Amino acid sequence: MKELVIISGKGGTGKTSIAASFATLAQRKLLVDCDVDAADLHLILKPQVKENNEFWSGQSAFIDNEKCVQCGLCEKVCRFNAITNNYVVDPISCEGCGLCARVCPVDAITMKDNMPGHWFVSETRYGTLVHAKLGIAEDNSGKLVTLIRTRAKAIAQEQNLDYIISDGPPGTSCPVIASLSGADVALLVTEPTLSGIHDLERVASVCQHFGIPALVCINKYDINEQNTAKIEGYCNSNSVNIVAKIPFDTSMIQALEHEMPVVEFSNSTATQHIRTLWQNIVQALDDTRTEKQS
Amino acid sequence: MIVSVASGKGGTGKTLVATSLALSLSDQTKVQLLDCDVEEPNTHIFLDIKEGQSSPALLLIPHIDEDKCTHCGVCAEVCAYNAIAALPKKVLVFPELCHGCGACSYLCPESAITEEGKEIGIIRQGSSRNISLVEGELTLGEVAAPTVIREVKRHIDTAGEVIIDASPGTSCPVIEAIKDSDFCLLVTEPTPFGLNDLSLAVEMTRKLGIPAGVIINRAGEGDQLIEQYCQEQDIPILLRIPLDRNIAVLYSKGIPLVEGMPDWRRNFLQLFHRLKEMLPTTEVSR
Repeated sequence: MKELVIISGKGGTGKTSIAASFATLAQRKLLVDCDVDAADLHLILKPQVKENNEFWSGQSAFIDNEKCVQCGLCEKVCRFNAITNNYVVDPISCEGCGLCARVCPVDAITMKDNMPGHWFVSETRYGTLVHAKLGIAEDNSGKLVTLIRTRAKAIAQEQNLDYIISDGPPGTSCPVIASLSGADVALLVTEPTLSGIHDLERVASVCQHFGIPALVCINKYDINEQNTAKIEGYCNSNSVNIVAKIPFDTSMIQALEHEMPVVEFSNSTATQHIRTLWQNIVQALDDTRTEKQS
Repeated sequence: MIVSVASGKGGTGKTLVATSLALSLSDQTKVQLLDCDVEEPNTHIFLDIKEGQSSPALLLIPHIDEDKCTHCGVCAEVCAYNAIAALPKKVLVFPELCHGCGACSYLCPESAITEEGKEIGIIRQGSSRNISLVEGELTLGEVAAPTVIREVKRHIDTAGEVIIDASPGTSCPVIEAIKDSDFCLLVTEPTPFGLNDLSLAVEMTRKLGIPAGVIINRAGEGDQLIEQYCQEQDIPILLRIPLDRNIAVLYSKGIPLVEGMPDWRRNFLQLFHRLKEMLPTTEVSR
């Protein structure tokens, strides 16, 4: 069983559109949406939820105003400015360290467990999808990603599947690292804009830092061919393979508007490129050393 | 006034809006632009920046004085993030899990723990004519984006107008970036993904009690999707930037919209005046 993670650094480069197309093209696979913060893959895959689990993680402080003597110690020790002037805890700022509760001289502060989100195991017409919804303004996205990836791996092993395809989040920090660690191959989807290049370089370095082999797909490559040449130069000098150059193609947007994978929506140029891209990825996944399989 | 630019979905045009708004306002007033997308800071690409000071963003992590430590284990017990493991003869610190809360050093009965700054990012200051830019960049492989964002926001100077460029999403880094803003501009695109993530972003601004308005980027045929939602939710649509290949090409080259197409300045100024009008006067004058 091999795991592919699709990331990009910069948002909006086409990760989810490509992941949805792979859902159609890949055989014997399981899908994971690791963008737990702003998940979109379900809009195309239209899952039927089979398992709905609560995600419990972290704590928040609560002050009992009956007991509180307003000594101000909690406010003084809190590094997150979470204690407001009226001795109420701002749950959005509180990071749940519990120092206030430990130092309060009258035991007026208790720590309560948080449930920052839910995670789901669902059936789709493309196979099983493991996904999640982190509540608004919540913390611990990295832990939630790790949790759903662990569950996805267990299911894929149970069902004896060949591939796990994960749609990752944008950025470079905790949820991205949690999506990447231990994956067999990362597909970096970029676009030929200066922002796209800047973000690709950063996310490629993150892959290198964690020892994950990276492949690059340049989406809308013909929007700015000079920038595409810059990306090619960067990839060449860093020994990163470019596995696809997808031209700007309105069928990508039209498919999205119809909430369908583009490869199902039409036999457009983009579709043909994505088919070849998937073949190249299968090749790369099969080439990764077998000892990583465990 | 502090105006933040957020989106839910990535790649909808936050940085395009933030840079164009800053440039448009800078003809008339001092503007501070804070790039709080510390995972992928991109505003500098669009501005001709004269570099100023830079300083490290530090996370305070514990340092154990082995001479004083009695291996009592209190530090590990009080750490809510499992960043400390107390072994019988050694204390291990895992800096990547540390939130810098200071509980271990405060509560150590032997005062054996001091805190030392670990560099997890860099804060760069610069200027471009009437705009001063403060940009945070998270070191690759580091996770504590909110700490770097807090550090960027310590430079806020409300003497002029302040514009904050946030990262995509609705979780902790975005919250850190937009909280305490007077207004939040939510940039979206007229697709089902754009709508889904816009609705999350709207929930976020409501939870934080920040007034919000919508900008539709790549506007065109699908706009009705967003319009209907905004009408139902009673959120104003403040600007539409059409789906236009020329705009996309300018963006790809790192040219701000209002530089490549100067007529857009007027639209951004109108947008700004409109949102100023929408706010209670007490907030505007603060």
